Amino acid sequence: MSVLQSIVDGVALGAVYALVAVGLALVFGVMRLINFAHGELITAGGYTLALTAAFPKIASVTITVVVCIALALLMERVAFRPLRAASPTTTLVATFAVAFALQGVWLIAFGPEGRTADVLASLNQRVFEGDLDVRWITVTMLAVGGLLLGGTAFLLGRTTIGLQMRAAAADFRAARLLGVRADTVISFAFVLAGLLAAAVAILLTVQRPLVTPTFGLEVTILGLVGVVVGGIDRLGTATLGGFAIGFLTSVLGDALPADERVFLPSFVFLLVILVLLLRPAGLFARPSKTAVERV
Amino acid sequence: MSRPRTWAGRARRTGPRVTDPILEIEGLEVRYGPVPAVRGIDLRVGRGEIVGVIGPNGAGKSSTLHAVMGAVPVHGGEVRLRGVAITGGRPEDIVRAGVALVPEGRHIFAGLTVEDNLNLGLVGRRAGNGHQVDLAWIGGLFPVVEEFRSRPAGALSGGQQQQLAIARALLAGPDVLLLDEPSLGLAPTVVETVWDALRQIRDRGVTIVLVEQRAQITVALADRTYVLTGGRVRATLTPSDAHDTARLVAAYFGS
Repeated sequence: MSVLQSIVDGVALGAVYALVAVGLALVFGVMRLINFAHGELITAGGYTLALTAAFPKIASVTITVVVCIALALLMERVAFRPLRAASPTTTLVATFAVAFALQGVWLIAFGPEGRTADVLASLNQRVFEGDLDVRWITVTMLAVGGLLLGGTAFLLGRTTIGLQMRAAAADFRAARLLGVRADTVISFAFVLAGLLAAAVAILLTVQRPLVTPTFGLEVTILGLVGVVVGGIDRLGTATLGGFAIGFLTSVLGDALPADERVFLPSFVFLLVILVLLLRPAGLFARPSKTAVERV
Repeated sequence: MSRPRTWAGRARRTGPRVTDPILEIEGLEVRYGPVPAVRGIDLRVGRGEIVGVIGPNGAGKSSTLHAVMGAVPVHGGEVRLRGVAITGGRPEDIVRAGVALVPEGRHIFAGLTVEDNLNLGLVGRRAGNGHQVDLAWIGGLFPVVEEFRSRPAGALSGGQQQQLAIARALLAGPDVLLLDEPSLGLAPTVVETVWDALRQIRDRGVTIVLVEQRAQITVALADRTYVLTGGRVRATLTPSDAHDTARLVAAYFGS
């Protein structure tokens, strides 16, 4: 496989993982909460695509987006809002609880063997004939990834609600004293997380159409690792981290001999450990005065 | 919320009658876990007044302001704005009701520009209020803030940040402006600038509650100054007490 081919595939998968990272980092920004249940939004998106396979494509995609956003809002309202004053440990455990509860729901409702979501399978066709294998899904991943990342940046940088979210992420208490509504900015972060999760589900199912109860969990854990490696405190570095982990996974997957690909996660996590040993605050974080020794 | 029955008695004890009260604090209690910070404070603030609140560290000054804003839970008593109870409201609603706080340490958003900080001040503005303060007037009040609009707020000096914090709070169009130790860490000349601004803000019709540690200049500026120690109101001073050092010391340390 050519180097160029590896790079093209890597950039496309990187764009998808960047979307996972942004979804996690937006919620982390306003709530200081790593939402492990983010993956269940992606899984829900995958199942919705599978269940609406008979519908026109546009309807299937639209319903998926609506379901993911609705589930994100429901999660916030039912599980996280009542715990807003609780300790970070409590809310973290709550996100695990929500994640495992929903995985139980998926298992009971759809079974362990999974459902096939091949609504957009036609995107697997090649864009052009030749040595370089570029599929429409590669182009779509880049386009959708770029659009959503750009849209998020615009929203945060140029709109009033975005300004309020940035203020809330920097100093929530001070922001509330100025009139920033906690419920509004947090709900808005979850709406964006839901939208991004839907996009990830739609893009990923084109290449891996089999949706199992742990479909989103696997994606999210890798995305979360990317966020931490990049630096979770800032949206930009978190996004870069997500991109990097997606890129790395794809390139390593291409580079490894076929019979060693089962060890792909081991190689990825080995690199992650090395990075965190050398740059504990994150690969792209600014050198910090507040770096603390953790035992 | 039930009124403490002892209210009438307390009112007589804590000083002069206020004819046109805009903010009333009655029997306010704040606790952090088992630790009481405010133990039944009564304060009355008349429309258009500057009311000072002084006292040593831990006297309950900041807790009182935060309780008014709904930023800390109230364990007893009542806070009324224009006669309507706002006790236990959320900060974002209390701002919209017409009370703004300039917090201790200023809490400007260092990573955002001065302009973005000011825009955040507008978030709490509700339709129909803020007639007395508009953008142009605030720009004239704090030319420094106007001059550095596009800079990161973190690049401003401490005095400039304090002016930005006050300007930002004013943009919500409050009827009552609460300030928590605005002179903290500022050079005397800068304090004068801030004090002068506070006079102008009051003259514009905004009522001011000024929490401070610098007793003398606060007593001199305020129409009335409450002295808090140990979570209780110990004395009420008037501007004529500002140069009576013995009286100030006595009020501070209790006699």
